[in-house]
Amino acid sequence: MPETVVFYAFAALAIGASALVIGQRNPMYSVLLLIASFGALSGLYIQLDAPFVAVAQIIIYAGAIMVLFLFVVMLLNAPREDAAEWDRSHPLAHPGIGRFGALLATLLIVQLVWALAKVTELNTPVASRSDAATVGSVLEMGRVLFTRHTFAFEATSVLILVAMVGAVVLARREVSEQ
Amino acid sequence: MIPLSHYLIVSAVLFAIGTAGVFLRRNLITILLSIEIMLNAVNLTFVAFGRYAGNLDGQIITFFVMTVAAAEAAVGLALVIALFRHRESLNPDTFTSLKW
Repeated sequence: MPETVVFYAFAALAIGASALVIGQRNPMYSVLLLIASFGALSGLYIQLDAPFVAVAQIIIYAGAIMVLFLFVVMLLNAPREDAAEWDRSHPLAHPGIGRFGALLATLLIVQLVWALAKVTELNTPVASRSDAATVGSVLEMGRVLFTRHTFAFEATSVLILVAMVGAVVLARREVSEQ
Repeated sequence: MIPLSHYLIVSAVLFAIGTAGVFLRRNLITILLSIEIMLNAVNLTFVAFGRYAGNLDGQIITFFVMTVAAAEAAVGLALVIALFRHRESLNPDTFTSLKW
């Protein structure tokens, strides 16, 4: 079944790339691997009949936000040679604590997979029984966004304005007033 | 059709990876990247539930999460630049005092 193969390929790529993101000491490799992870997630969105979200994921996340990260990594010329020293001085670097944490994390993953594998109520999508066309429709989505969710949409513009002002104020270099 | 639980498991694993990154990494930029991983895991849950419940609200809220992620990245990176200017370091353990 090609659908299943594609799903597992994208899921494995997303999880593998994300795991490598936090396994790298060099932030440059981390950013590039995260772009690969976002690409795989956008493939999953296409499988979920959300083409507009998939394209926005590529354009906004992989295109805009990750370029911003790359820009800052290059601008700061981030020191990576002392990263190993930082890891040794980590407050959780004690081996006993590390093993206990690894045990707890494994238990959490096992518990999550066990609990989520029992979710069977929605295994066949509701939309495929009634009107399958509306879920993937960009036209319908724009209509809902600008009618039912207008207030949230307008509030988002205020959020972006605040973020813009905040970024300018925080990153500004202090100039001596004279 | 792939069962809904498969998407939820992928999302849970991604979220766990992001959480582990926040706790384990000693680099402010990697910590911000881990937060992005967590936000994306939540996005996947929203879209999957929206698809299987047959309405568009999951996709709509994904856009708002993306907007919040963009705002968070802008402010967070501005903070990283300001902190790096003060201490010439990206190690979060060097920023333990509130006033210097």
